Amino acid sequence: MRPRRDGRRRGIGLLAAALITAPALAGCGSDDQGVVLRFYTPADGATQYAQAAADCTEAAGGRYRIEQRTLPRQADEQRLQLARRIVGGDETLDILGMDVTWTAEFAEAGWIRPFPPRVADQVRQGTLEAAYETGTWENRLFAAPLNTNTQLLWYRTDLMPGGRPPQTWDEMIDIAEQLATQDRPSWIEVQAAQYEGLTVWFNTLLTSAGGRIVGEDGTTVRLREGDATRQALGVMKRVATARGVDPSLSQRDEGASRLAMEDGNAAFQVNYPFVLPGIQENDGGSFIDERGNPTSRDTGRRVGDVFAWAPYPAVEPGGDANVTIGGLNLAVSSTSRYPPQAFEAVQCLRNRPNQLRNAIDGGVPPTLEALYTDPAFQREYPAWRAIKASLDDASVRPESPAYQSISIVISALLNPPSEIDPHAMVGELASQVEAAVNSEGLVP
Amino acid sequence: MTVAAPQRPAAGDARRSEGAKAERRLAAWLCAPAVIVMLAVTAYPIGYAVWLSLLRYDLRFPQEREFVGLSNYLAVLTDGYWWSAFTVTVAVTVVSVAIELALGLGLALIMHRTLFGRGTVRTLVLIPYGMVTVAAAFSWQYAWTPGTGYLANLLPEGSAPLTEQIPALAIVVLAEVWKTTPFMALLLLAGLALVPDDLLRAAQVDGAGPWQRLTRIILPMMKPAILVALLFRTLDAFRIFDNIYVLTRGNNGTASVSILGYDNLFKAFNLGIGSAISITIFICVAIIAFLFVKGFGAAAPGSEPEGRR
Repeated sequence: MRPRRDGRRRGIGLLAAALITAPALAGCGSDDQGVVLRFYTPADGATQYAQAAADCTEAAGGRYRIEQRTLPRQADEQRLQLARRIVGGDETLDILGMDVTWTAEFAEAGWIRPFPPRVADQVRQGTLEAAYETGTWENRLFAAPLNTNTQLLWYRTDLMPGGRPPQTWDEMIDIAEQLATQDRPSWIEVQAAQYEGLTVWFNTLLTSAGGRIVGEDGTTVRLREGDATRQALGVMKRVATARGVDPSLSQRDEGASRLAMEDGNAAFQVNYPFVLPGIQENDGGSFIDERGNPTSRDTGRRVGDVFAWAPYPAVEPGGDANVTIGGLNLAVSSTSRYPPQAFEAVQCLRNRPNQLRNAIDGGVPPTLEALYTDPAFQREYPAWRAIKASLDDASVRPESPAYQSISIVISALLNPPSEIDPHAMVGELASQVEAAVNSEGLVP
Repeated sequence: MTVAAPQRPAAGDARRSEGAKAERRLAAWLCAPAVIVMLAVTAYPIGYAVWLSLLRYDLRFPQEREFVGLSNYLAVLTDGYWWSAFTVTVAVTVVSVAIELALGLGLALIMHRTLFGRGTVRTLVLIPYGMVTVAAAFSWQYAWTPGTGYLANLLPEGSAPLTEQIPALAIVVLAEVWKTTPFMALLLLAGLALVPDDLLRAAQVDGAGPWQRLTRIILPMMKPAILVALLFRTLDAFRIFDNIYVLTRGNNGTASVSILGYDNLFKAFNLGIGSAISITIFICVAIIAFLFVKGFGAAAPGSEPEGRR
């Protein structure tokens, strides 16, 4: 399963590996401490992952030690670092915290090892189906789900006519336009910057309308089938050109969406559950006046007092939304020198206490179904029912080794969403995704 | 460096050429380490990139690696993304270098004429050039983002300049100009030192006004310095990466050719296409350098400098 290299590349890789690890070796003296498993995680939640590493080291009783290492904050940069080091033959990568979208790519390229069937069966036990799905490629488990994530609709109760949240995108846009004419907060916050978040938004709308980007095989493009693509693009266009739209919409990511809502300018956002602890940490965000507009005056009422959640809006009345799930999976690098120990450690790192800690301290929902009935979890996640329901209806992003290129061409083509032409763009989108799937041509 | 002494007696000549040979050998030995290092750190990577650009080589599909000749170049040159990035790059280069030349010349004239605090003035002017580009780019980014920035607040409500192509490119040009005008000014200042004061005084006595002195004497005398400054800045500007990467990440049609190369190499992991883009940029840069260098030899003093395009 190792990537092919010629001798010269190996030499460079070893040199690079030596340069990178020399300080680490000098610092930890890991050579005389037996098996050391290095656990690379994203920067977000690194504290919890480090605690899990410490707990699992203790549980191993000296058979191995797990050292947590932090990767950059941005997913693109995490992926780049991991891929570059594995291709270079870096043997100091053992356990990798992987975004759910990387599984097919890393598995197909031979950068991660398939789980032994026995371990895979144990991982499957009690794990949410959609989350398990994200870790598989060609019917084998390559990455064990640690955390998952799903979006909900977050809204302001004081701005809803009749106090009831909208159930479809069309309803939501109507309410927003009405608010705009009344000079009240009218922004709908979505992740529409040119990045992965925009692809996620499109994929959610597309699957909710009954479409798919690629088929099961990861290579057949299905964007031209039916009317779903045009419907999804139509919703995006309407959101981006509605009266009273957020002028920075085409630059918004999850964090910026959350802050726009906390500042009192937005009436709605579709976003991950981290926004709830987020607004509580910020004392409920901005003060709002009797019309709901943000004010610097101490009115005694803040955004947090009127902040609520609802299921993600559907595309068609009476339909369900199939929200694209996110999350973090754990894989074992093909360059690791200790695969058996690494697979064992993965099981410990994703056990119930560690997932509960990630959920409570890190704000990321767990992948073990049983935790959703745990009182400690429910206390921390007032929205747990909506989250669980959303996960049960979840859709998975297109599983394809070329996912990254697919995502890049989609987000480039659909940004800014205000310039989408729903009718004309279906064909162009499909042909660009086809080129990306075959890794032909350039990515923007 | 070599010793040339043609008018010597024959016997002495033989001896000297013997010495010259030895000296040349020594020179070769002394140069060798530098040449070897240069070969290792420049020739090898360039050669390797050329080789990669002829392969279909996507890190994600290692088993599909094969020799495909020039088809990667064909893919690059027939792709709309390349040409839009190329247009953006050329536009940013031309506009920013033109503005820098005008401002830099003004600054150079001021610095040249400063009577007191010369050192202080030059230091102050150089501050932007001394700043880390990425740090400066981040402060521009915050300044132009609605909500966090003082500059964005000066604009009409609801405008977000970094989200639209033309305003975003204008900000990129602004950041580039702010950053590198001092460098331009410094190079031009060195050129100004070449203009003899006697000549200017003579012209003044003959009745030439300030404008005539600038266009008829100072600029022609400075031409070599101007061309060097333009060459340096054009090559630099054509490879623009950091400002765009921080300000817009290449979104909304603001990607330069370097950003495009980076994305194909490091996001799509497509070594073949990415290398073909890099080599194409390299060729563009070589063409620009060639045009400028030819401009040096061809243009007679006083004629329109060819480099100013």
